[in-house]
Amino acid sequence: MSVVVENLTVRYGSLTAVDNVSFEAPTGAVTVVLGPNGAGKTSTIEVCEGFREPAQGTIQVLGLDPRTQHAQLTHLMGVMLQGGGVYPSARVGDVIRHFCALYGKKVDAAALIEQVGLTSRVKSTWRRLSGGEQQRVSLALALAGDPKVVFLDEPTSGVDIDGRDTIRDIIAALSQRGTTVVLASHDMAEAERVASHAVLFQEGRVIAQGAIADLTGVRKRFRFTSVATIDTTELAGAAGSPAHHMGDGVYEIAAESSPRLVGRVTQWLAEQGLPLLSVDMGQESLEDAYRRMTGGRR
Amino acid sequence: MKRIFLQLRAELMLLARNGEQLLLTLIIPVILLAFFGSVDVLPSGDTEPLNFLVPGVLAVAIMSTSMVSLGIATGFERSYLVLKRLGATPLSKSQLVIAKILSVFVVELLQAAVLLPIGLLLGWNPAGNTWPLAIAAVFLGTASFAGVGLILAGRLRAEINLAAQNGLYLLLLLLGGMIIPRDSLPGFLSTAASVLPSTGLADLLRSTLNGSGPLMQPFIVLAVWAALAPAIAAKRFRWS
Repeated sequence: MSVVVENLTVRYGSLTAVDNVSFEAPTGAVTVVLGPNGAGKTSTIEVCEGFREPAQGTIQVLGLDPRTQHAQLTHLMGVMLQGGGVYPSARVGDVIRHFCALYGKKVDAAALIEQVGLTSRVKSTWRRLSGGEQQRVSLALALAGDPKVVFLDEPTSGVDIDGRDTIRDIIAALSQRGTTVVLASHDMAEAERVASHAVLFQEGRVIAQGAIADLTGVRKRFRFTSVATIDTTELAGAAGSPAHHMGDGVYEIAAESSPRLVGRVTQWLAEQGLPLLSVDMGQESLEDAYRRMTGGRR
Repeated sequence: MKRIFLQLRAELMLLARNGEQLLLTLIIPVILLAFFGSVDVLPSGDTEPLNFLVPGVLAVAIMSTSMVSLGIATGFERSYLVLKRLGATPLSKSQLVIAKILSVFVVELLQAAVLLPIGLLLGWNPAGNTWPLAIAAVFLGTASFAGVGLILAGRLRAEINLAAQNGLYLLLLLLGGMIIPRDSLPGFLSTAASVLPSTGLADLLRSTLNGSGPLMQPFIVLAVWAALAPAIAAKRFRWS
């Protein structure tokens, strides 16, 4: 395990932002620390980076204590902040070359700039970049030291579609060459696309963790969309299983999808003269799993 | 050592890109020198006015650049998360502090290269023959004020830091014998001011450039500030 967090608590005055949290990030895997804004993700990542002192708990990153062995860790760790991190008048090329030189690991700055797709913006200053371009510069800086572990805070936030593809490709390539990636995100769909493991946060606590395939594979359901006025008691009677209105005309039958179940529901809708606007009977998404675990609350 | 020079180069590149700030750093002392050098309004006591003024303005320039400019810029670097980002690299706090002090020293060489010839044109006649000591005074003053500026910038929020740097600047300017002679101050204030870095620098520059006035006491005062302030700044500096 590249990152091991045990019984971590972070407090800001009387506010407990992270409450006795434990989790692990496997070596070479992409682990997403997931949860809504204010769930404690960034505080947790900052402790792992060595920027924040925990109230209690033990943290090991590549076997090092991020606070007391920060100097050693900086040679092995890449960090992408949630925003900022570059002086507004600094040029893209200058700042990336400077960071590559500071690490002194002979990372080719020009290749790195090309990798993040900013070759045409090499002479632009930070303040003239779009939000997505700034994110790509930040990612390049995180990779300037050829790190063994990278912490990425909301890496695709504010990034356009092409930029997202670039960032996803880079994250995948990092994982393939054995770099451990830990990223914080509130975007569950995005997280599911890039990560293999997840740590789900809610109100400063970890409510679940593990391989995303395991977290989302626990429960199957049949979900469809129709009008918003269906009587769920009647629907449940027709389906032979409990039925819930999820809102906006989306209904969920709490049973494993099967041709028999789908047949019963669609036949009942036809008999009632109700439309069938969409059907979703695949494995639940990470967002579904999160809602199930939190009882619908975020 | 290599990282210090890499960071120094980056700091100087940023300074060069902020040309307007660099210009301001040069213009204000020039205006001070030209105005007070032409209009006899300062109570310079028994000292020849320009002998009092030129080293004093040089000291003001050093304090402005190394404490206020550096301190405010560093405060904003904190708010832009530049410091936090640098904190995740192998650049240590002390390497960053040294690089910043050296970058200020380079700017001050430029200031001296502009101010001293203007002083000579106005009729200043430096009688001192201790130029190496004067350069040492500039370096000690730079380290002292940069240390003080970075102590504030290393802990305070950008807006509070901005106010604190300017407030301290005004206090040191008025009490430090740079423009107003310390003899003009009430006795207890004059005594207290004798241990300020601004007093140490102004007095040391006058004695080394003019060849008159106390040498050892301001040297000791400034050396103590130069040793302690950067060390405290590096120790207490927070990346975020």
